[in-house]
Amino acid sequence: MAQAVEQKTEAAALTSPLVVNNIEVIYDHVILVLKGVSLEVPEGGIVALLGANGAGKTTTLKAISNLLGAERGEVTKGEILFRGERVDSLTPNELVKRGVIQVMEGRHCFEHLTVEDNLMTGSYTRRDGAAAVAESLEKVYHYFPRLKERRTSQAGYTSGGEQQMTAIGRALMANPNTILLDEPSMGLAPQLVEEIFEIVKALNEKEGVSILLAEQNTMIALKYADYGYILENGRVVMDGDAAGLRENPDVKEFYLGLAGEGRKSFRDVKHYRRRKRWL
Amino acid sequence: MEFLESILVTPFIEIWESPYYFIELVLVGLSTGVLYSLVALGFVLIFKASGMFNFAQGAMVLFAALTLVGLMEHGLPLWAALILSVATMVGLAFLVERFMLRHLVNQEGLILFMATIGLNFILEGTGQLMWGSDVKRLEIGIPDQPFDILGGKVLLNTFDVTAAFIGALLVITLAVFFQKTPMGRALRAVADDHQAALSVGIPLKTIWIAVWTIAGIVALVAGIVWGAKSGVQFSLSLIALKALPVLILGGFTSVPGAIVGGLIIGVGEKVAEGFWGPALGGAIENWFAYMLALAFLVFRPQGLFGEKIIERV
Ligand SMILES: Nc1ncnc2c1ncn2[C@@H]1O[C@H](COP(=O)(O)OP(=O)(O)OP(=O)(O)O)[C@@H](O)[C@H]1O
Ligand SMILES: [Mg+2]
Repeated sequence: MAQAVEQKTEAAALTSPLVVNNIEVIYDHVILVLKGVSLEVPEGGIVALLGANGAGKTTTLKAISNLLGAERGEVTKGEILFRGERVDSLTPNELVKRGVIQVMEGRHCFEHLTVEDNLMTGSYTRRDGAAAVAESLEKVYHYFPRLKERRTSQAGYTSGGEQQMTAIGRALMANPNTILLDEPSMGLAPQLVEEIFEIVKALNEKEGVSILLAEQNTMIALKYADYGYILENGRVVMDGDAAGLRENPDVKEFYLGLAGEGRKSFRDVKHYRRRKRWL
Repeated sequence: MEFLESILVTPFIEIWESPYYFIELVLVGLSTGVLYSLVALGFVLIFKASGMFNFAQGAMVLFAALTLVGLMEHGLPLWAALILSVATMVGLAFLVERFMLRHLVNQEGLILFMATIGLNFILEGTGQLMWGSDVKRLEIGIPDQPFDILGGKVLLNTFDVTAAFIGALLVITLAVFFQKTPMGRALRAVADDHQAALSVGIPLKTIWIAVWTIAGIVALVAGIVWGAKSGVQFSLSLIALKALPVLILGGFTSVPGAIVGGLIIGVGEKVAEGFWGPALGGAIENWFAYMLALAFLVFRPQGLFGEKIIERV
C-alpha cells in the first residue's frame, strides 16, 4: 500500500511539475488548519481547488508559494515539490524566478502606484533585459486592453475588476509557468467574472501557463478547469475531472446549489450522511 | 494694541521696504532648509519601507560624521575617509537588517520604535567610544567667503551655497531613484503592501538593506555639511529634532513632502527671525519650527502632502 502511494507520487512527479504531498499546516504553532492535503497540477492544466469559507484554500496556495512564513504559518508534515525541488527550501523570490507566482486573494494592488508601475513590479526578478520585459508588458496589454487605457491611473482608484486584472497582469510580468490564482471572482459582477475567466483560459491555452485556481464559486471554476479538488475543513474530500464533478450529485447539491428532485426523500438523508462523513 | 501692530503690520511693511534683505533671508533659509529636507528624507524612506519611525536617525548623523572625522584624524585623505565612511554606513545597514529587522517582522509599530531607541544609544555610544566625545573640527575644503549678488544688495556666503547645492543634488538623485528605477519602484511597492511585494518576488531583506543604506548616506551628507559648519559634536544628533516638525509639515509618508517641508521650515525660521524677531525678543529660530508643526497638527494633521489613505469598497 505504502509502496503503491510512493509509486503514484513518483509517477506524478514525472508528469506534474507541481506536487503537494499530504501536507499539514499549523498557524501560530497551535492552530491546525490543513490536515493532509495532496494534489497535483499537471503541465498546462487548470486545476480548481474548491471549498467553502475557511476550508483552507488560501492556506494551501500560500504553502505552495511559501508565503506562509510571513503569517506565522508553517508546513509541519508532508512536502511540496516543484519540478522535484522542495519549495520549503526556496524563498518566494526564488520560487518566482522558477516561474511559480501567486495572485493573492483580494488583489493586493499597490494602491499608490500607477497601473503600469504595478505591472512593472512583477518583472522585479527578471534578468532577461528591458526589451523582453517591454514585450511582456505589451502582451499583458494585449490580454487586458482595459489596463492599457488606465495605465497612468493610480491603482487604488481603479475599479475592482481592473484591480483584479492588474493583479493577474502583474503576475504575468514575471513570465511564470504556474500561477496560483486565489479567488479572482471575489466581489465582482458575474459578467466581469466571466470576462476574467475567459482571459485566464486564453492565457492557459496560448501561453501554456498552468493554473491552480482557488474558488468558492464552484460553478464557474468547474466550467473552466480540467480537474478539481474539493476541500473541507483542511482535507481533500473529493477530486476528479471537472466534467465528472459537475455531474456528481453531491457536488451539485452542496456546492452548485442545484437540488435534485425530491429533496425531502431518502436521498437527502443519504447525502447528509455522506457529507457528515467528510466532516 | 501697539504689540499687535508690531507683529501683524510692521514686519510686512518692513518686508515691503527692504525686499533685498527679504530675498537674502529666503536664500539663506533655503540653504539650511535643504539640509532639514535631507534628514527628513531619511526618516520618510525608512518609515515607508518598514513602517518604522527611526528614532536613531539623528544618532546616525552623528555616527557618520564622527566616523569621517575620526578617519581623517588618523591621517586619511578626505576622499579615502569618505569612501570608508560610506562603506561603514552600508555595513551598518547590513547589521541592522541582520540583527534587528529580521527578528522584528510582523511586530507592532511601538516595538519597532523601541528597537530604534536602542539602536540610537548603541550608535551614540560606539561613535563616541571609538572617536572620543570632544568637539572636532571638520575641514572639507569648502571655502567660507561672503559674496554679493544683485548689485551688492544681497549678501551670501560660498559655504551656504555649496551646501545647498550638495543637498539639492542628493535630494534630486533620490527623487529620480525613487520614481524611475526598478529598485525605487520596488521600494514604493513594499511601502504600499509588503505582502503583495513578497508575492511578486521582491525580497524584503534587500529592500531593507537598500533603505537603511540610503538613510545612512543621507545622514553622512547631513553630518558632513553640518559638521563642517559648526563642528562635529554630540549636538549633531539633535538635528533629528528639527526633522520632526518637517515631517509633521510634509506628512510622514511623502517624499515631496519631506523636501518641501524642509524648505518651508528653513525659510520660515530665517524670515521670522529677521522680521518678527525684534518684536518678539529674538531667538525665534529655536521654536518657530515647532510652533508651525503644532499649528499643522491642529489644522491639518496629515501634513501638506500626506498620502491620502485610499479607501474603496
Ligand atoms: N494567519 C492565520 N492565523 C491563524 N489562523 C488562520 C490564519 N489564516 C487563516 N487561518 C485559519 O485557517 C483556516 C483556513 O483559512 P483559509 O484562508 O485558508 O481558507 P479559505 O478556504 O481560503 O477561505 P476563504 O474562502 O474565506 O478565502 C480558517 O479557519 C482561518 O481562520
Ligand atoms: Mg481564501
